[in-house]
Amino acid sequence: MNPPPFSPTPLVRRKLRQERLAQAVLAGMVLAMVLPLVALITYLVVQGAPLLSWSFLTTNPTHGMREGGIWPALLGTIYLVVIALLVAAPVGVLCAIYLNEYAGDNWLTRLIHLAVVNLAGVPSIVHALFGLGAFVLFAGLGRSILAASLTLAIMTLPVIIASTREALAAVPQAFREACWNLGASRWQTIRHVVLPNAISGILTGVILQVSRTAGETAPIMFTGAVFYKKIAAGDPFAYALNDQCMALSMHLYTVTTQVTNAPAALPYAIAVVLLGAVLAVNATAILLRTRLRARQKW
Amino acid sequence: MGPETGKKRARGRRAGALLAALALAAGVAGCARSAPAPGAGKLVIQNIGSDTMVNLAQAWAEEYAAVAPEVSVEVSGGGSGLGIAALLNGTADIANSSRRIEPEEKARISARTGQEPREFLVGFDALSIYVHRNNPLEEISLEDLHDIYAEGGPIDRWSQLGVPPIPGARTDRIIRVSRQNNSGTYHYFRDVVCGRHADFKLGSLDMNGSKDVVELVSRTPAAIGYSGLGYQTDQVKMLRVARRRGQRGVLPSVATTLDQSYPIARPMFMYTPGEPPPHVRQYLDWVLSPAGQKIVALTGYVPLRTDAPATP
Amino acid sequence: MNQPPAPLLRRERPRLHRLAERGLEWTLRACGYSAIFFVLAIFLFVFREGAPLLPKLDWAQVLFSPEWYPTSRVHVRYGVAAMIAGTLSVTALAMVLAVPFGLGAAIFVSEFCTGRVKETLKVVIELLAAIPSIVWGFIGLSVTNHLIQRYLPAPVGLNLFNAACLLALMSVPIIVSIGEDALKAVPDSYCEAALALGATRWQTVHRVLLPAARNGLLAAVLLGVGRAIGETMAVLMATGHANQFPHSLFDPIRTLTATIAAELGETAVGSDHYRMLFVIGLMLFTITFIVNLLADLAVRGVRGKTG
Repeated sequence: MNPPPFSPTPLVRRKLRQERLAQAVLAGMVLAMVLPLVALITYLVVQGAPLLSWSFLTTNPTHGMREGGIWPALLGTIYLVVIALLVAAPVGVLCAIYLNEYAGDNWLTRLIHLAVVNLAGVPSIVHALFGLGAFVLFAGLGRSILAASLTLAIMTLPVIIASTREALAAVPQAFREACWNLGASRWQTIRHVVLPNAISGILTGVILQVSRTAGETAPIMFTGAVFYKKIAAGDPFAYALNDQCMALSMHLYTVTTQVTNAPAALPYAIAVVLLGAVLAVNATAILLRTRLRARQKW
Repeated sequence: MGPETGKKRARGRRAGALLAALALAAGVAGCARSAPAPGAGKLVIQNIGSDTMVNLAQAWAEEYAAVAPEVSVEVSGGGSGLGIAALLNGTADIANSSRRIEPEEKARISARTGQEPREFLVGFDALSIYVHRNNPLEEISLEDLHDIYAEGGPIDRWSQLGVPPIPGARTDRIIRVSRQNNSGTYHYFRDVVCGRHADFKLGSLDMNGSKDVVELVSRTPAAIGYSGLGYQTDQVKMLRVARRRGQRGVLPSVATTLDQSYPIARPMFMYTPGEPPPHVRQYLDWVLSPAGQKIVALTGYVPLRTDAPATP
Repeated sequence: MNQPPAPLLRRERPRLHRLAERGLEWTLRACGYSAIFFVLAIFLFVFREGAPLLPKLDWAQVLFSPEWYPTSRVHVRYGVAAMIAGTLSVTALAMVLAVPFGLGAAIFVSEFCTGRVKETLKVVIELLAAIPSIVWGFIGLSVTNHLIQRYLPAPVGLNLFNAACLLALMSVPIIVSIGEDALKAVPDSYCEAALALGATRWQTVHRVLLPAARNGLLAAVLLGVGRAIGETMAVLMATGHANQFPHSLFDPIRTLTATIAAELGETAVGSDHYRMLFVIGLMLFTITFIVNLLADLAVRGVRGKTG
């Protein structure tokens, strides 16, 4: 008796078995990464929760940094991030506009592209060395917020360039051609059509860099971050540009390695604040990107 | 192009305006603060240097803020070498050092500033030898420590010291915990234990801070480490230290440091580049006063006088 | 980029407009060249600080001896061999862990997932990438340290394995996102042809996609390698910072990056030790330069074939 038509042959059955096995293994691999991550973050939050409060965020550390809050570190990180992005974003966006809209396909452009890729791959400690040699010593800025922010700016520049290029490339060429055919110059096209359509991608790219800038320790350790500094609690303008500052990442490092008899929850709480701020900013950027992408008309 | 593009453009413009406003605010604030007129704001004392002393310096800075609110003492660590280097660069008013200044460093500072750096002895630090609480060892001699830590020393295993297998340790190897090579603690231990003309053995875990050493030893049954007396916790065991094999060992404490029976104790110094200005001089006087020395004892170091409260 | 056609009434555009546009183009050009400028600047400044020591170095000792005693009073030695071994071993182990998981995740997300699940997974992996390296270092020092010591046959929890696990978790997001791009870049016609011949998804992936995306996947792995080599804080806190050649998976080691981070703060500016740290920085810069160059060539291969 022949098997009914369209029923699987042994060969097909084996193929399907392998397919299911492959799917299970790959899903397992993904779970093997995601689950420990979730477990770790939960552990951090649970351990740090006893110390988290509004006053933790807005008061100075006391008693050898064992008690009190993390206000100077939080403010310092905010200063460093804002200044670094204010410097890096314009240069990065303009560079990407040049590369995407103006540059021809010649050796110079390839060289710039190579430079961007290499700048992105420089280890953070080498950025620290550069910051020390160029901004602290050569430019005479000394260890200061300005020197640290400039070092961080150079670090985030290549990623801003790359993400802006992607955002610009996503704007269809047809838009540009339509403008040119109407007689607009290159800059007029960019300013009135390309940029407004790419601005959401550009902004999310810049906002995503907040996490990287806030989390880096090595570049600021030798260029402007300090072990302890007391500032006016709750005053958002407490730092000057040529002051040294505390920073969340540096504070986590010093509390973990140098502050004795600190409550066990303290480093966890600092880690949670840093991680929470970073993840919140990133999540906002991703949400923004999804929402704006849904509104795109192409 | 329709009304949607206009909205997007408006949003982009708003974002740009916000960024510009932030930049302006930061710039204005920065300009407003970047040049404090002398005497108009707080007097600042930059206190940089020894990681061993950094907790103590911080405790002093906090206490002094209550005593003299018009003076702000800013503390950073980085190591004794960094503190003295900061004196040379002119970025520190006071350098904390857990070792004596080298003659060549002194000469460099005199050459740069025209004045001899002034030395102030502010307390003592006893270096304790820590092991895990499961470790049955109770005392050790400087000679044994030399054989464990110094380059070419023959002792690598706990069994060579006559120690039975330590519960929880997975190895007989002695896991040496040390500090990184620029710390004053490292230099001092090397001088006392390895000898002035030797170096450490390779392969020790070189921790970054005094606290790290104690933490690691408290978690690692096969480990031995050295760190300041002020960093002890109830999770580790301190060994008695004898100068020679066979002698009775001595536990580090205020008493044994001051009468010099404990062999690994060192003075802590504060250096200024020349004669200190009045506000720095007042701070130093306060540090040397009973009030300041009380803080020394409370933080776990050894004060200059015995009439200060004993270590807890 | 195509040239815009010449505007019809060129003579009627005001001179000021044309000058302003010219000025703007030059600003853009300057910003464009800034990337080259910064890379050269980094190399130059690091070289400038380290250069005075270069002629005094005994390169055989530097590259092949593990004896690193820059602060010795009697016999100063600058051997970085053990640190190079440390960097290479931790990177290699991290890649052994990260590559299968990263590529597996890339394949799963791009080929076996759709819609909501795909978006969620992509977001989770992006958030994994956002975790700062200092937090990873803290986790290595406080959490995985104890776990490894308790459940694995390790005498001390701060070791090669600890750091390699953390580095793997840090490199996976890069491998996943670039690997996904590489898989997406394979023309649809390849997959459609395979499906038309009756292949299952797994067969398509394993016999068609992976070979076709080979270059891009190689680039993804190389960029992950670059990330692992350059990582500083996490390895500083998780490796135990011991200057020795690793003899087992659970030996503490030290990397080049961690040495600079740990020792730079305490050196006097201009001293030999300080300059040697900058020389190590130069070595790192060169290594990552080569790795990134290779990655770029691999990616260029992808673009060239399918672009």
